[in-house]
Amino acid sequence: MELFSLGIRSIFIDNMIFAYFLGMCSFLAVSKKVSTALGLGAAVIFVLTVTTPANWLLNEYVLKEGALSWAGDTFATIDLSFLRFIMFIAIIAAIVQLVEMVVEKFAPALYGALGIFLPLIAVNCAILGGSLFMAQRDYTLAEATVYGFGSGTGFFLAIVALAAIREKLKYSNVPNGLKGLGITMLLTGLMGIAFMSFMGIDL
Amino acid sequence: MSTETTVTEVKKPAEALLSKRRKKLISDPLVDSNPITIQVLGICSALAVTTQMQPTLIMAISVIFVVVMSNFVISLMRNTIPSRVRIIVQLAVVATLVTLVSELLKAFAYDMYKELSVFVGLIITNCIVMGRLEAFALGNKPYDSILDGFGSALGYSWIILAVAFFRELFGSGSVFGVPVFDTVAGFIGDDFSFATNGLMVTPVGAFIILGLIIWVQRTKTGYVEH
Repeated sequence: MELFSLGIRSIFIDNMIFAYFLGMCSFLAVSKKVSTALGLGAAVIFVLTVTTPANWLLNEYVLKEGALSWAGDTFATIDLSFLRFIMFIAIIAAIVQLVEMVVEKFAPALYGALGIFLPLIAVNCAILGGSLFMAQRDYTLAEATVYGFGSGTGFFLAIVALAAIREKLKYSNVPNGLKGLGITMLLTGLMGIAFMSFMGIDL
Repeated sequence: MSTETTVTEVKKPAEALLSKRRKKLISDPLVDSNPITIQVLGICSALAVTTQMQPTLIMAISVIFVVVMSNFVISLMRNTIPSRVRIIVQLAVVATLVTLVSELLKAFAYDMYKELSVFVGLIITNCIVMGRLEAFALGNKPYDSILDGFGSALGYSWIILAVAFFRELFGSGSVFGVPVFDTVAGFIGDDFSFATNGLMVTPVGAFIILGLIIWVQRTKTGYVEH
């Protein structure tokens, strides 16, 4: 039940986009068409669900203060948490590379559609942010997995919804200076207000 | 006469330290090709810290440091990095610099470190850093790369500072923690009180303020996205 409420919370209340602004770059750049947004959203869900627990293991057994105690008493006092950034990003980059190869092999159409944005998932703030939040909040392995999946789903919902709105937006007459990025920011703000209504829910 | 001077005599005159082209490297990203409002880069970690001016300023300084230094380091190594592994090399350099910033903040400004929390770490994934490395540092000399990085980071900084200014002013009625409205009220001897706008403190405020800044800025530069 705890896990379930954590999942719901990470999807709606602590939404990656609307509460923490993470992954904004790809959120804004890949939300012009629903089909590509679906692809990127799915890729983000997958990568977050895999990297968050992977980084949890790394953090728990290598990086945290006293985490190396399994290797003997001499290592018990070592604190490697300052290496967090570089290790997390290395794990993420490796996993993204793997996903890229798998997608290229089994779904060439999706690979073509995502183009440059697949390698960019490695530098997507949402992915690294998920891992850093996980480390900061001392989640357990199960919680980390649920949190990764939940945040990914939150991102997926947000980007697909925005893409759907932007597809319709093509037919409206937006002032010149507001075209593109400007109106998208305002839209995201309005969507954020809608998502704020989940805040009162106590899970 | 040493040999070095004869060499310089043969070479064509060196470019001025701040020639016109180099000034452009710094001034272009401020308005015409601003990383946030025109290129849509680095919005990720920028908005989350902009509820107050002070953390935003720290964030801006950190980003300037990371962008300039990583541009410099990568530019020095540009001829030795095999292009296949360049992303991982860039990430390693950037992550090292960010770790440095984070440890420095932890040591000398612990309150700020706590407040910025994960967002210092997220400078690694700030698209401006990677963007400048890919687009400029890999193909240009170290000094030019430093200028280019400085310009881009400055363009980023003034936008997030502008966002923070409006968010703090309307959201908490203060600037840099100084209660502006109360001071003004005390000064003119009136006792009006400013009703803070709670929406500005939430993420929604940041989106809307940035949207409006983009609108104003693009109207001025005449840039239209299609």
